[in-house]
Amino acid sequence: MSKVRALIVDDSGVMRKIVERSLRQAGIDLSEVWEAANGLEALALLQGKTPDLILSDINMPTMDGLEFVRQLRGVESARGIPVVMITTEGSESRVVEALSCGARGYIRKPFTPEQIKQHVLPLVKQ
Amino acid sequence: MTHNTGSTTLAETLQQWVVLLEIAAKEVFQMMVGGELHACTTEDTDCGDVTAMVGLAGELCGLITIRCSGDCACQIASAMLGMTIDTLDGGALDALGEICNMVAGNFKAKVSGLADSCVLSVPTVIRGSDYEWHAVGEGVSADVLQTYNGCPLRVKLTVHQ
Repeated sequence: MSKVRALIVDDSGVMRKIVERSLRQAGIDLSEVWEAANGLEALALLQGKTPDLILSDINMPTMDGLEFVRQLRGVESARGIPVVMITTEGSESRVVEALSCGARGYIRKPFTPEQIKQHVLPLVKQ
Repeated sequence: MTHNTGSTTLAETLQQWVVLLEIAAKEVFQMMVGGELHACTTEDTDCGDVTAMVGLAGELCGLITIRCSGDCACQIASAMLGMTIDTLDGGALDALGEICNMVAGNFKAKVSGLADSCVLSVPTVIRGSDYEWHAVGEGVSADVLQTYNGCPLRVKLTVHQ
């Protein structure tokens, strides 16, 4: 597996660090990690960066994760980037909504590095 | 979800929920902190002066709080982030807030019917012990007293009727 550039979107700086740490513990070889505090910041960052993978929270101020994924699909250069939602909102309806918006995976907090690996590895191998 | 029908009173239901709350908290600590919570055998324990809280709104209205000492919050943050945090700064407080958020989310996922009908507030963390809080309407509460690395930690569920 080649090195992975990841974008982590979460309004909590602590949670962004935990997700990055979990990716590394899961054996994902990260070459670069970018961070954004909400969907709007993430869209702005994607104007100049092209990550291989995006992990995004759902409940965030300014622009939530679902709206971010919807808008991401309209960005020509970014619409193919796999997005995995990581959130405390684990209800079935939220999972369905996230996947219908274009997310490729869904991880509910709390999570283990092994769960991260199961969801993320197939996406970055592609 | 029903919490006041038939012969089951809210107080009885609350006791059942507290069991789920304890399981939810233990899972969060195992998975995100990499440590175990243990039952605290001492009652009337002063848990400390850091309180994280997350509100519940919708079919179940109330509050979930986690109270511990500043030292305990630093230990939790250090374990979560994989680095030494020895001062109770924003990072340590944020970490405790995130723990409370995940405990609340994990708890509502375990209560049948709540996952879709109850939403969580953004976590808030209070430092200090000289305060009282009051919620509109009457409420009942129950808690579980645990220890993390020997530090007492109280996880509390308050439900507004």
